[in-house]
Amino acid sequence: MTENYSSIRLQGETHIEVHHFHSGAVVFSGITALVVQALLPVYIPAAAMLDLPLLVTLYFGLSRRNPSTGLLLGTSMGLLQDSLSKTPIGLYGIAKTLVGFLASSIGGRIDTEHPVSRFALTVFFFGLHQGTIVLIKRALLAQPEAWFSVQFAIAAGVNGAVAVGLFFLMDRLRRSA
Amino acid sequence: MAAIPSRHRSLVLLAVVVAAQILLLAAQIRARHGRLIRVWAITALAPFERAGGWGMDHVRGTWKSYFALRQAARENEDLRRERDNLKLQIDFLRGRAEEAERLGKLVNFHQEHSEVPLLPARVISTSADSSSQTVFIDRGEKDGVRADMGVITPDGVAGKVLAAYPHISQVLLITDKESGVGAMVAETRLLSPASGTGGPLLSLKYIAEDEKVQAGEHIVTSGMDRIFPKDFPVGTVVEVQPGTPFLQVNIQPAARLNRLEEVIVLLSLSSLDIKKEIPAPAAPAAPLKKTAKPAKTEKP
Repeated sequence: MTENYSSIRLQGETHIEVHHFHSGAVVFSGITALVVQALLPVYIPAAAMLDLPLLVTLYFGLSRRNPSTGLLLGTSMGLLQDSLSKTPIGLYGIAKTLVGFLASSIGGRIDTEHPVSRFALTVFFFGLHQGTIVLIKRALLAQPEAWFSVQFAIAAGVNGAVAVGLFFLMDRLRRSA
Repeated sequence: MAAIPSRHRSLVLLAVVVAAQILLLAAQIRARHGRLIRVWAITALAPFERAGGWGMDHVRGTWKSYFALRQAARENEDLRRERDNLKLQIDFLRGRAEEAERLGKLVNFHQEHSEVPLLPARVISTSADSSSQTVFIDRGEKDGVRADMGVITPDGVAGKVLAAYPHISQVLLITDKESGVGAMVAETRLLSPASGTGGPLLSLKYIAEDEKVQAGEHIVTSGMDRIFPKDFPVGTVVEVQPGTPFLQVNIQPAARLNRLEEVIVLLSLSSLDIKKEIPAPAAPAAPLKKTAKPAKTEKP
Protein backbone atom coordinates (compact mmCIF):
# COMPACT_ATOMS: atom_id res chain seq x y z
CA MET A 1 0.00 0.00 0.00
CA THR A 2 1.55 3.26 -1.04
CA GLU A 3 -0.37 5.51 1.35
CA ASN A 4 0.77 5.75 4.91
CA TYR A 5 -1.18 7.12 7.79
CA SER A 6 0.91 8.77 10.42
CA SER A 7 -1.68 8.56 13.14
CA ILE A 8 -4.63 6.37 13.82
CA ARG A 9 -7.12 7.17 16.53
CA LEU A 10 -10.01 5.23 17.86
CA GLN A 11 -13.49 6.68 18.19
CA GLY A 12 -15.81 3.95 19.36
CA GLU A 13 -15.34 1.11 16.92
CA THR A 14 -14.32 3.27 14.01
CA HIS A 15 -10.76 3.89 12.89
CA ILE A 16 -10.21 7.53 11.96
CA GLU A 17 -7.29 7.88 9.62
CA VAL A 18 -5.77 11.32 9.82
CA HIS A 19 -3.44 12.09 6.95
CA HIS A 20 -0.47 14.36 7.32
CA PHE A 21 1.22 16.23 4.54
CA HIS A 22 4.65 17.47 3.61
CA SER A 23 5.38 20.91 5.03
CA GLY A 24 4.18 23.65 2.74
CA ALA A 25 1.87 21.32 0.85
CA VAL A 26 -1.25 23.17 1.97
CA VAL A 27 0.14 26.64 1.18
CA PHE A 28 1.59 25.48 -2.14
CA SER A 29 -1.65 23.79 -3.17
CA GLY A 30 -3.74 26.77 -2.13
CA ILE A 31 -1.69 29.35 -4.00
CA THR A 32 -1.42 27.10 -7.05
CA ALA A 33 -5.19 26.60 -7.08
CA LEU A 34 -5.85 30.34 -6.88
CA VAL A 35 -3.34 31.20 -9.60
CA VAL A 36 -4.49 28.43 -11.94
CA GLN A 37 -8.11 29.37 -11.28
CA ALA A 38 -7.33 32.90 -12.42
CA LEU A 39 -5.10 31.92 -15.35
CA LEU A 40 -6.78 28.97 -16.99
CA PRO A 41 -9.98 30.70 -18.22
CA VAL A 42 -7.83 33.17 -20.20
CA TYR A 43 -6.79 30.29 -22.44
CA ILE A 44 -9.70 27.88 -21.92
CA PRO A 45 -12.91 29.86 -21.26
CA ALA A 46 -14.84 26.74 -20.23
CA ALA A 47 -12.44 26.30 -17.29
CA ALA A 48 -14.27 29.14 -15.55
CA MET A 49 -16.78 26.59 -14.27
CA LEU A 50 -14.08 24.94 -12.16
CA ASP A 51 -13.64 25.99 -8.55
CA LEU A 52 -10.14 24.77 -7.76
CA PRO A 53 -9.90 26.62 -4.40
CA LEU A 54 -13.03 24.75 -3.33
CA LEU A 55 -11.53 21.42 -4.38
CA VAL A 56 -8.32 22.12 -2.46
CA THR A 57 -10.31 23.14 0.63
CA LEU A 58 -12.40 20.02 0.30
CA TYR A 59 -9.44 17.72 -0.14
CA PHE A 60 -7.53 18.93 2.90
CA GLY A 61 -10.72 19.06 4.94
CA LEU A 62 -11.58 15.46 4.14
CA SER A 63 -8.00 14.29 4.66
CA ARG A 64 -6.91 16.12 7.79
CA ARG A 65 -10.24 15.77 9.55
CA ASN A 66 -9.64 18.58 11.98
CA PRO A 67 -12.67 20.92 11.90
CA SER A 68 -10.73 23.92 13.23
CA THR A 69 -7.95 23.77 10.65
CA GLY A 70 -10.45 22.83 7.98
CA LEU A 71 -12.61 25.88 8.55
CA LEU A 72 -9.58 28.18 8.81
CA LEU A 73 -8.22 26.84 5.52
CA GLY A 74 -11.64 27.39 3.95
CA THR A 75 -11.75 30.92 5.35
CA SER A 76 -8.31 31.74 3.95
CA MET A 77 -9.05 30.32 0.53
CA GLY A 78 -12.42 32.03 0.37
CA LEU A 79 -11.14 35.43 1.45
CA LEU A 80 -8.27 35.25 -1.05
CA GLN A 81 -10.73 34.26 -3.77
CA ASP A 82 -12.92 37.22 -2.82
CA SER A 83 -9.88 39.48 -2.93
CA LEU A 84 -9.05 38.36 -6.45
CA SER A 85 -12.56 38.92 -7.74
CA LYS A 86 -15.07 41.73 -7.45
CA THR A 87 -17.34 39.97 -4.98
CA PRO A 88 -17.74 41.50 -1.52
CA ILE A 89 -15.04 40.14 0.76
CA GLY A 90 -16.58 37.42 2.88
CA LEU A 91 -18.96 35.97 0.29
CA TYR A 92 -16.76 33.08 -0.75
CA GLY A 93 -15.10 33.26 2.67
CA ILE A 94 -18.25 32.19 4.49
CA ALA A 95 -19.14 29.54 1.94
CA LYS A 96 -15.70 27.94 2.04
CA THR A 97 -15.54 28.23 5.83
CA LEU A 98 -18.66 26.08 6.05
CA VAL A 99 -17.33 23.64 3.45
CA GLY A 100 -14.00 23.34 5.28
CA PHE A 101 -15.72 22.75 8.60
CA LEU A 102 -18.26 20.22 7.36
CA ALA A 103 -15.78 18.35 5.18
CA SER A 104 -13.43 17.98 8.14
CA SER A 105 -16.28 16.91 10.38
CA ILE A 106 -17.63 14.18 8.12
CA GLY A 107 -14.24 13.10 6.83
CA GLY A 108 -13.82 10.72 9.73
CA ARG A 109 -17.27 9.22 9.47
CA ILE A 110 -17.46 8.04 5.88
CA ASP A 111 -15.15 6.63 3.26
CA THR A 112 -13.47 9.52 1.50
CA GLU A 113 -10.86 7.54 -0.41
CA HIS A 114 -12.93 5.79 -3.02
CA PRO A 115 -13.28 7.69 -6.34
CA VAL A 116 -17.08 7.32 -6.36
CA SER A 117 -17.26 8.63 -2.83
CA ARG A 118 -15.00 11.56 -3.75
CA PHE A 119 -17.12 12.38 -6.78
CA ALA A 120 -20.34 12.33 -4.76
CA LEU A 121 -18.84 14.37 -1.92
CA THR A 122 -17.53 16.98 -4.33
CA VAL A 123 -20.90 17.30 -6.05
CA PHE A 124 -22.60 17.60 -2.66
CA PHE A 125 -20.19 20.21 -1.33
CA PHE A 126 -20.23 22.12 -4.61
CA GLY A 127 -23.99 22.36 -4.21
CA LEU A 128 -23.67 23.38 -0.58
CA HIS A 129 -21.06 25.99 -1.50
CA GLN A 130 -23.19 27.41 -4.30
CA GLY A 131 -26.32 27.32 -2.14
CA THR A 132 -24.55 29.26 0.60
CA ILE A 133 -23.40 31.89 -1.88
CA VAL A 134 -26.91 32.28 -3.29
CA LEU A 135 -28.35 32.47 0.24
CA ILE A 136 -25.88 35.18 1.25
CA LYS A 137 -26.52 37.11 -1.96
CA ARG A 138 -30.27 36.99 -1.51
CA ALA A 139 -30.40 37.50 2.26
CA LEU A 140 -27.50 39.83 2.97
CA LEU A 141 -26.71 41.55 -0.31
CA ALA A 142 -30.22 41.82 -1.78
CA GLN A 143 -28.99 40.41 -5.08
CA PRO A 144 -31.53 38.20 -6.86
CA GLU A 145 -29.86 34.96 -7.83
CA ALA A 146 -31.34 31.71 -9.10
CA TRP A 147 -31.06 28.73 -6.76
CA PHE A 148 -30.51 26.28 -9.58
CA SER A 149 -29.56 26.29 -13.25
CA VAL A 150 -28.49 23.75 -15.83
CA GLN A 151 -25.09 25.40 -15.95
CA PHE A 152 -24.74 24.82 -12.22
CA ALA A 153 -25.58 21.13 -12.59
CA ILE A 154 -23.00 20.75 -15.33
CA ALA A 155 -20.42 22.63 -13.25
CA ALA A 156 -21.09 20.35 -10.27
CA GLY A 157 -20.52 17.26 -12.40
CA VAL A 158 -17.38 18.67 -14.01
CA ASN A 159 -15.95 19.67 -10.64
CA GLY A 160 -16.74 16.21 -9.29
CA ALA A 161 -14.94 14.55 -12.19
CA VAL A 162 -11.95 16.87 -11.91
CA ALA A 163 -11.83 16.27 -8.16
CA VAL A 164 -11.38 12.53 -8.65
CA GLY A 165 -8.25 13.09 -10.72
CA LEU A 166 -6.99 16.02 -8.70
CA PHE A 167 -7.43 14.24 -5.35
CA PHE A 168 -5.54 11.26 -6.74
CA LEU A 169 -2.63 13.56 -7.62
CA MET A 170 -2.82 15.36 -4.28
CA ASP A 171 -2.59 12.03 -2.46
CA ARG A 172 1.06 12.15 -3.50
CA LEU A 173 1.55 15.10 -1.16
CA ARG A 174 0.85 12.92 1.85
CA ARG A 175 3.72 12.34 4.21
CA SER A 176 4.95 8.82 4.88
CA ALA A 177 4.81 7.56 8.43
CA MET B 1 -16.01 31.58 33.17
CA ALA B 2 -16.45 27.94 32.34
CA ALA B 3 -14.02 26.48 29.83
CA ILE B 4 -15.42 25.49 26.46
CA PRO B 5 -15.48 21.70 26.05
CA SER B 6 -12.94 20.65 23.45
CA ARG B 7 -15.60 19.06 21.21
CA HIS B 8 -17.36 22.40 21.01
CA ARG B 9 -14.29 24.52 20.34
CA SER B 10 -14.45 24.10 16.61
CA LEU B 11 -18.14 25.01 16.63
CA VAL B 12 -17.39 28.17 18.58
CA LEU B 13 -14.55 28.98 16.18
CA LEU B 14 -16.90 28.41 13.24
CA ALA B 15 -19.49 30.75 14.73
CA VAL B 16 -16.89 33.44 15.41
CA VAL B 17 -15.32 33.23 11.94
CA VAL B 18 -18.67 33.26 10.13
CA ALA B 19 -19.99 36.10 12.29
CA ALA B 20 -16.85 38.14 11.61
CA GLN B 21 -17.26 37.66 7.88
CA ILE B 22 -20.95 38.58 8.01
CA LEU B 23 -19.97 41.81 9.78
CA LEU B 24 -17.31 42.38 7.12
CA LEU B 25 -19.94 41.90 4.43
CA ALA B 26 -22.31 44.27 6.18
CA ALA B 27 -19.58 46.90 6.41
CA GLN B 28 -19.00 46.69 2.66
CA ILE B 29 -22.64 47.28 1.77
CA ARG B 30 -22.50 50.92 2.86
CA ALA B 31 -18.84 51.69 2.25
CA ARG B 32 -16.18 50.16 0.05
CA HIS B 33 -14.11 48.64 2.83
CA GLY B 34 -11.87 45.75 2.01
CA ARG B 35 -9.72 47.61 -0.49
CA LEU B 36 -6.64 47.01 1.68
CA ILE B 37 -7.22 43.26 1.78
CA ARG B 38 -7.58 43.21 -2.00
CA VAL B 39 -4.36 45.20 -2.45
CA TRP B 40 -2.46 42.78 -0.26
CA ALA B 41 -3.88 39.70 -1.91
CA ILE B 42 -3.46 40.97 -5.45
CA THR B 43 0.02 42.35 -4.82
CA ALA B 44 1.03 38.99 -3.33
CA LEU B 45 -0.43 36.87 -6.11
CA ALA B 46 0.21 39.14 -9.12
CA PRO B 47 3.81 37.94 -9.60
CA PHE B 48 2.58 34.34 -9.70
CA GLU B 49 -0.09 35.28 -12.23
CA ARG B 50 2.41 37.13 -14.40
CA ALA B 51 4.82 34.21 -14.19
CA GLY B 52 1.97 31.81 -14.89
CA GLY B 53 0.92 33.77 -17.96
CA TRP B 54 4.49 33.85 -19.22
CA GLY B 55 4.79 30.12 -18.54
CA MET B 56 1.52 29.33 -20.28
CA ASP B 57 2.68 31.17 -23.40
CA HIS B 58 5.88 29.13 -23.46
CA VAL B 59 4.05 25.91 -22.72
CA ARG B 60 1.78 26.56 -25.66
CA GLY B 61 4.81 27.25 -27.85
CA THR B 62 6.52 24.14 -26.59
CA TRP B 63 3.39 22.10 -27.14
CA LYS B 64 3.18 23.21 -30.75
CA SER B 65 6.85 22.90 -31.61
CA TYR B 66 8.05 19.97 -29.52
CA PHE B 67 5.19 17.61 -28.85
CA ALA B 68 3.84 17.87 -32.36
CA LEU B 69 7.30 16.98 -33.67
CA ARG B 70 7.49 14.07 -31.27
CA GLN B 71 4.20 12.80 -32.53
CA ALA B 72 5.54 12.94 -36.05
CA ALA B 73 8.72 11.11 -35.10
CA ARG B 74 6.66 8.37 -33.51
CA GLU B 75 4.92 7.76 -36.76
CA ASN B 76 8.34 7.33 -38.39
CA GLU B 77 7.32 8.73 -41.73
CA ASP B 78 9.78 11.27 -42.96
CA LEU B 79 7.52 12.75 -45.50
CA ARG B 80 4.70 13.12 -43.06
CA ARG B 81 7.03 14.59 -40.49
CA GLU B 82 8.26 17.11 -42.98
CA ARG B 83 4.69 18.02 -43.80
CA ASP B 84 3.89 18.41 -40.12
CA ASN B 85 6.93 20.61 -39.72
CA LEU B 86 5.70 22.76 -42.53
CA LYS B 87 2.28 22.88 -40.89
CA LEU B 88 3.88 24.01 -37.67
CA GLN B 89 5.73 26.73 -39.49
CA ILE B 90 2.53 27.80 -41.19
CA ASP B 91 0.75 27.85 -37.83
CA PHE B 92 3.59 29.86 -36.37
CA LEU B 93 3.58 32.29 -39.27
CA ARG B 94 -0.20 32.47 -39.18
CA GLY B 95 -0.02 33.27 -35.50
CA ARG B 96 2.53 35.96 -36.21
CA ALA B 97 0.38 37.29 -39.02
CA GLU B 98 -2.68 37.38 -36.76
CA GLU B 99 -0.67 39.13 -34.11
CA ALA B 100 0.56 41.63 -36.70
CA GLU B 101 -3.02 42.13 -37.86
CA ARG B 102 -4.16 42.74 -34.30
CA LEU B 103 -1.35 45.20 -33.74
CA GLY B 104 -2.17 46.83 -37.06
CA LYS B 105 -5.75 47.24 -35.92
CA LEU B 106 -4.49 48.85 -32.74
CA VAL B 107 -2.39 51.29 -34.72
CA ASN B 108 -5.26 52.06 -37.09
CA PHE B 109 -7.61 52.52 -34.19
CA HIS B 110 -5.19 54.90 -32.58
CA GLN B 111 -4.86 56.91 -35.79
CA GLU B 112 -8.63 57.17 -36.06
CA HIS B 113 -9.01 58.23 -32.43
CA SER B 114 -5.93 60.37 -32.05
CA GLU B 115 -7.66 62.63 -29.57
CA VAL B 116 -7.89 59.85 -26.99
CA PRO B 117 -4.77 58.82 -25.06
CA LEU B 118 -4.52 55.03 -25.29
CA LEU B 119 -2.58 52.42 -23.41
CA PRO B 120 -2.27 48.87 -24.78
CA ALA B 121 -2.48 46.15 -22.14
CA ARG B 122 -2.35 42.41 -21.97
CA VAL B 123 -4.91 40.23 -20.20
CA ILE B 124 -3.04 38.15 -17.63
CA SER B 125 -5.81 36.42 -15.72
CA THR B 126 -9.51 36.29 -15.03
CA SER B 127 -11.58 36.59 -11.88
CA ALA B 128 -11.04 33.90 -9.28
CA ASP B 129 -14.76 33.28 -9.12
CA SER B 130 -17.03 32.14 -11.92
CA SER B 131 -19.98 34.37 -11.04
CA SER B 132 -18.38 37.65 -12.07
CA GLN B 133 -16.93 38.56 -15.44
CA THR B 134 -13.71 40.40 -14.76
CA VAL B 135 -10.16 40.13 -16.02
CA PHE B 136 -6.83 41.43 -14.81
CA ILE B 137 -4.54 43.39 -17.15
CA ASP B 138 -0.83 43.99 -16.82
CA ARG B 139 -1.11 47.78 -16.44
CA GLY B 140 -1.79 49.58 -13.20
CA GLU B 141 -1.67 52.87 -11.38
CA LYS B 142 2.01 53.30 -12.23
CA ASP B 143 1.05 53.28 -15.91
CA GLY B 144 -1.61 55.94 -15.38
CA VAL B 145 -4.58 53.58 -15.15
CA ARG B 146 -7.37 54.61 -12.79
CA ALA B 147 -10.74 53.18 -11.79
CA ASP B 148 -13.63 53.89 -14.19
CA MET B 149 -11.45 54.26 -17.28
CA GLY B 150 -12.84 52.68 -20.41
CA VAL B 151 -11.33 49.50 -21.85
CA ILE B 152 -11.81 48.59 -25.50
CA THR B 153 -10.52 46.39 -28.27
CA PRO B 154 -10.27 47.41 -31.92
CA ASP B 155 -13.51 45.47 -32.45
CA GLY B 156 -15.57 47.22 -29.79
CA VAL B 157 -16.15 48.07 -26.16
CA ALA B 158 -14.73 45.56 -23.65
CA GLY B 159 -15.46 47.06 -20.24
CA LYS B 160 -14.15 49.52 -17.72
CA VAL B 161 -11.48 49.53 -15.05
CA LEU B 162 -13.02 48.38 -11.79
CA ALA B 163 -9.95 48.89 -9.64
CA ALA B 164 -6.37 49.89 -10.35
CA TYR B 165 -3.52 48.48 -8.31
CA PRO B 166 0.15 49.46 -8.53
CA HIS B 167 1.08 47.12 -11.36
CA ILE B 168 -2.16 45.49 -12.53
CA SER B 169 -5.78 46.48 -12.88
CA GLN B 170 -9.11 44.70 -12.67
CA VAL B 171 -11.45 45.23 -15.60
CA LEU B 172 -15.20 44.69 -15.36
CA LEU B 173 -16.37 43.27 -18.70
CA ILE B 174 -19.53 44.73 -20.22
CA THR B 175 -21.22 41.33 -20.03
CA ASP B 176 -21.07 41.28 -16.23
CA LYS B 177 -24.45 41.63 -14.57
CA GLU B 178 -23.37 44.82 -12.82
CA SER B 179 -21.91 46.37 -15.95
CA GLY B 180 -23.43 48.80 -18.42
CA VAL B 181 -22.56 51.20 -21.19
CA GLY B 182 -24.37 54.18 -22.71
CA ALA B 183 -25.52 52.91 -26.09
CA MET B 184 -27.80 53.59 -29.02
CA VAL B 185 -29.01 51.90 -32.16
CA ALA B 186 -26.68 53.07 -34.91
CA GLU B 187 -29.34 53.25 -37.63
CA THR B 188 -32.20 54.89 -35.70
CA ARG B 189 -30.18 56.64 -32.93
CA LEU B 190 -32.54 55.20 -30.30
CA LEU B 191 -30.87 55.68 -26.92
CA SER B 192 -30.73 53.01 -24.24
CA PRO B 193 -28.11 51.76 -21.82
CA ALA B 194 -26.75 48.32 -22.70
CA SER B 195 -26.36 46.09 -19.67
CA GLY B 196 -24.55 42.85 -19.06
CA THR B 197 -26.60 39.74 -18.44
CA GLY B 198 -23.98 37.60 -16.76
CA GLY B 199 -23.93 35.47 -19.91
CA PRO B 200 -22.31 36.03 -23.29
CA LEU B 201 -24.90 38.60 -24.44
CA LEU B 202 -25.81 42.18 -23.58
CA SER B 203 -29.29 43.58 -23.22
CA LEU B 204 -30.78 46.93 -24.25
CA LYS B 205 -32.88 47.85 -21.24
CA TYR B 206 -35.13 50.69 -22.22
CA ILE B 207 -36.38 50.36 -25.78
CA ALA B 208 -40.12 51.13 -25.68
CA GLU B 209 -42.41 48.42 -26.99
CA ASP B 210 -43.69 50.61 -29.84
CA GLU B 211 -40.17 51.20 -31.22
CA LYS B 212 -38.77 49.06 -34.01
CA VAL B 213 -35.49 47.26 -33.54
CA GLN B 214 -34.46 44.36 -35.75
CA ALA B 215 -31.89 41.62 -35.52
CA GLY B 216 -28.73 42.59 -37.33
CA GLU B 217 -28.85 46.26 -36.40
CA HIS B 218 -25.66 47.69 -34.97
CA ILE B 219 -25.40 49.12 -31.49
CA VAL B 220 -22.82 51.83 -30.82
CA THR B 221 -21.82 53.89 -27.82
CA SER B 222 -23.82 57.03 -27.18
CA GLY B 223 -21.00 58.81 -25.37
CA MET B 224 -23.40 59.77 -22.61
CA ASP B 225 -21.58 57.73 -19.99
CA ARG B 226 -18.51 59.96 -20.58
CA ILE B 227 -16.32 56.86 -20.53
CA PHE B 228 -16.37 55.75 -24.17
CA PRO B 229 -16.21 57.92 -27.29
CA LYS B 230 -19.44 58.27 -29.25
CA ASP B 231 -20.25 55.88 -32.11
CA PHE B 232 -17.82 53.18 -31.02
CA PRO B 233 -19.11 49.63 -31.72
CA VAL B 234 -20.84 47.84 -28.85
CA GLY B 235 -22.39 44.91 -30.68
CA THR B 236 -25.07 43.61 -33.00
CA VAL B 237 -28.71 42.88 -32.20
CA VAL B 238 -29.26 39.11 -32.33
CA GLU B 239 -32.71 38.78 -30.82
CA VAL B 240 -35.73 41.00 -30.17
CA GLN B 241 -38.60 39.78 -28.03
CA PRO B 242 -41.79 41.67 -27.23
CA GLY B 243 -42.20 42.94 -23.69
CA THR B 244 -44.11 45.44 -21.62
CA PRO B 245 -43.27 48.25 -21.32
CA PHE B 246 -39.86 47.59 -22.91
CA LEU B 247 -38.67 45.27 -25.63
CA GLN B 248 -36.21 42.54 -24.72
CA VAL B 249 -33.27 43.26 -27.05
CA ASN B 250 -30.25 40.97 -26.87
CA ILE B 251 -26.92 42.01 -28.31
CA GLN B 252 -23.87 40.01 -29.32
CA PRO B 253 -20.85 42.06 -28.15
CA ALA B 254 -18.57 43.25 -30.94
CA ALA B 255 -15.45 42.49 -28.89
CA ARG B 256 -14.54 38.82 -28.47
CA LEU B 257 -14.80 38.88 -24.70
CA ASN B 258 -14.28 35.17 -24.19
CA ARG B 259 -10.94 35.34 -25.98
CA LEU B 260 -9.49 38.60 -24.78
CA GLU B 261 -5.72 38.72 -24.99
CA GLU B 262 -4.94 42.35 -25.74
CA VAL B 263 -6.99 45.40 -24.84
CA ILE B 264 -6.66 49.17 -24.91
CA VAL B 265 -7.23 51.38 -21.89
CA LEU B 266 -8.66 54.83 -22.58
CA LEU B 267 -6.48 56.92 -20.32
CA SER B 268 -9.01 59.59 -19.58
CA LEU B 269 -11.57 60.21 -16.90
CA SER B 270 -13.05 63.25 -18.60
CA SER B 271 -15.26 63.54 -21.66
CA LEU B 272 -13.47 61.96 -24.58
CA ASP B 273 -14.86 64.36 -27.14
CA ILE B 274 -12.59 67.12 -25.95
CA LYS B 275 -9.13 67.15 -27.47
CA LYS B 276 -6.48 68.44 -25.14
CA GLU B 277 -2.79 68.20 -24.45
CA ILE B 278 -2.13 65.66 -21.76
CA PRO B 279 1.07 65.27 -19.73
CA ALA B 280 2.82 61.91 -19.54
CA PRO B 281 2.44 59.81 -16.37
CA ALA B 282 5.17 59.41 -13.78
CA ALA B 283 6.18 55.98 -15.04
CA PRO B 284 5.05 55.57 -18.65
CA ALA B 285 4.79 52.05 -20.01
CA ALA B 286 5.27 52.58 -23.72
CA PRO B 287 1.74 53.69 -24.55
CA LEU B 288 0.63 54.28 -28.11
CA LYS B 289 0.40 57.99 -27.47
CA LYS B 290 1.13 60.42 -24.71
CA THR B 291 -0.64 59.05 -21.70
CA ALA B 292 -2.89 60.93 -19.37
CA LYS B 293 -2.42 61.49 -15.70
CA PRO B 294 -5.97 61.55 -14.50
CA ALA B 295 -7.16 63.79 -11.75
CA LYS B 296 -9.06 61.10 -9.85
CA THR B 297 -6.92 58.74 -7.81
CA GLU B 298 -8.12 55.90 -5.69
CA LYS B 299 -5.82 54.97 -2.87
CA PRO B 300 -5.82 51.90 -0.71
